[in-house]
Amino acid sequence: MSANNASDLPKVSDRLAYNAMRNWKERLIEALLLGAAAVSVMTTLGIVYVLVSESIQFFSNVSIVDFLTDTQWTPLFDDAHFGIMVLISGTLVSSLVALLVAIPMGTIIAIYLSEFANAKVREIAKPILELLGGIPTIVFGYFALLVVTPILQYIFPSLPGFSLLSAGLVMGIMIVPYIASLSEDAMRAVPMSMREGAYAMGSTKLYTAIHVVVPAAVSGLAASYILAISRAVGETMILAVAAGMQPNLTWNPMEPAATITSYIVQVALGDLPHGSIGYQTIFAAGLTLLLITLIFNILGQWLRAKYRETY
Amino acid sequence: MQALTTEQIRAVIARGKLRDNIFKAMGIFCLSLALIVIVALIADMVMKGSERFTLDFFLNFASRRATQAGILSAWVGSLLVMLVTALAAVPLGVAAGLYLEEYAKRNWLTNVIEINISNLAAVPSIVYGLLALGIFVYQFGFGQSILSAGLTLALLILPIIIVSTREAIRAIPAMIREGSMAVGATRWQTCRYHIVPYAMPGILTGVIIGLARAIGETAPIITIGALTFIAFLPPAPFMGEPAAGLFDWVFAPFTVMPIQIFNWTSRPDPAFEINAAAAGFVLMAMVLSMNAVAIWLRYKMRKNIKW
Repeated sequence: MSANNASDLPKVSDRLAYNAMRNWKERLIEALLLGAAAVSVMTTLGIVYVLVSESIQFFSNVSIVDFLTDTQWTPLFDDAHFGIMVLISGTLVSSLVALLVAIPMGTIIAIYLSEFANAKVREIAKPILELLGGIPTIVFGYFALLVVTPILQYIFPSLPGFSLLSAGLVMGIMIVPYIASLSEDAMRAVPMSMREGAYAMGSTKLYTAIHVVVPAAVSGLAASYILAISRAVGETMILAVAAGMQPNLTWNPMEPAATITSYIVQVALGDLPHGSIGYQTIFAAGLTLLLITLIFNILGQWLRAKYRETY
Repeated sequence: MQALTTEQIRAVIARGKLRDNIFKAMGIFCLSLALIVIVALIADMVMKGSERFTLDFFLNFASRRATQAGILSAWVGSLLVMLVTALAAVPLGVAAGLYLEEYAKRNWLTNVIEINISNLAAVPSIVYGLLALGIFVYQFGFGQSILSAGLTLALLILPIIIVSTREAIRAIPAMIREGSMAVGATRWQTCRYHIVPYAMPGILTGVIIGLARAIGETAPIITIGALTFIAFLPPAPFMGEPAAGLFDWVFAPFTVMPIQIFNWTSRPDPAFEINAAAAGFVLMAMVLSMNAVAIWLRYKMRKNIKW
């Protein structure tokens, strides 16, 4: 300790100073990283702020009762009507068509891949599904309008050039990969011992899949269906291209109709002045869209909590 | 209960096997339907668009005459928008993922951020367009520019990058962190020299998948009011008269590939169908090759890394 003379002491305080600075730097970096993580929260707040503030202005001009009950949607005409049901009907019909394709197909593919297919088939099938999920929606829109609609017109000669049916069918194909991959993950998480138990009792593969694996994975399946509904309700370009953009209160998929999303696109393509009532309608429509997806998501979370199986 | 004879048992087994095989056939049928759609889509666009695959198509601006119209402003616009998106989304996404995995304490704030990220993934993309129209275009005054579009798409793909960053970081065993800290590294030094480099392949996969999604997005960009007919390029830095600034292109009006395709698809003149097919094929080629790179990267990663 005698070597520790006075000239060494400042070195110790240098190191303390260095450490203190380093701690400050660490804290600064942590704050910066937290700021980056907070961007996602600010995005949500921004979405809510924009939609709600513009919608409040919209509803100061249009009563909420008219908005929900009127059966016409003609916001840009002199005789303006703002009946959102017109757009909601288009959205629901096209989503229903899409889900009628996507849910059976996606579920069958998921069960096949997780319970029947060998590793080789899976190695080929998963990238194909991923590629299908990666195709831009505008390309699907082109496909719906210029390939699927002519084929459907061959089968149903009365089908018009724009229809919810052809847009919905293609939308269904687009959604299949989401359902297939999420459901497959859920089913593969079911422990092997449960399947082995069923096989030991003499069950066939199909019986095991339907009566053991699917019930055990039901919360994951429900989550994938909910995501599919959100995709279908929020899908824009396929409908804007292939379903026509005429507001039409209908429950018949063979007709053309506008949806909430395709109406927003239609208005955005035009040249509406900032602050006009036409400009505000797209935010009211967007708020409606967000509320619909929110309702389905809350429903999904509730279903998941209710039927969750843990092993 | 009556005991079954051997014959009856065989019949039951045969019926079960038949059902299994029927289901297998259904599974293969559904999978091949997905494959057929991809093949039909690509074949249709190649056959219809083949006559437009010339150099002129890539070097011409949009035009009223279908045969002279090209995609120059569209692909340049797409590339520039992707550049802005990547510059904004990659640092933000990686930083957020790093925070949530390495720094965050289990408290309500972390919970809020996590729930929020998973919910943002379910928000329709057109809603991001409305957000951008209200905030970027009017409140911040960026106008209908490349900057607005790039930032919008950055917000859209942020959840994808965050989730893949977190997965990549979670795969790194705790001994790496312990070893680094045991020799006196701070938390940031551990992240900077160990966690981020080792997680890089996984992060890169997420970034590529995110950008592939962004380049095909149409709805949010239409919503902020991108023009469909652009017959000029954004100003290149230091070029033109008077000389453009380094970042003037960021505020330029623009168009992108998906909007060009939408524009051509929605015209009644069938001559433009050919252009739409050719442009659609170019866009598909961009997106699919990006996805293929990501899939290959992930495959390679799974093979190479053994801790």
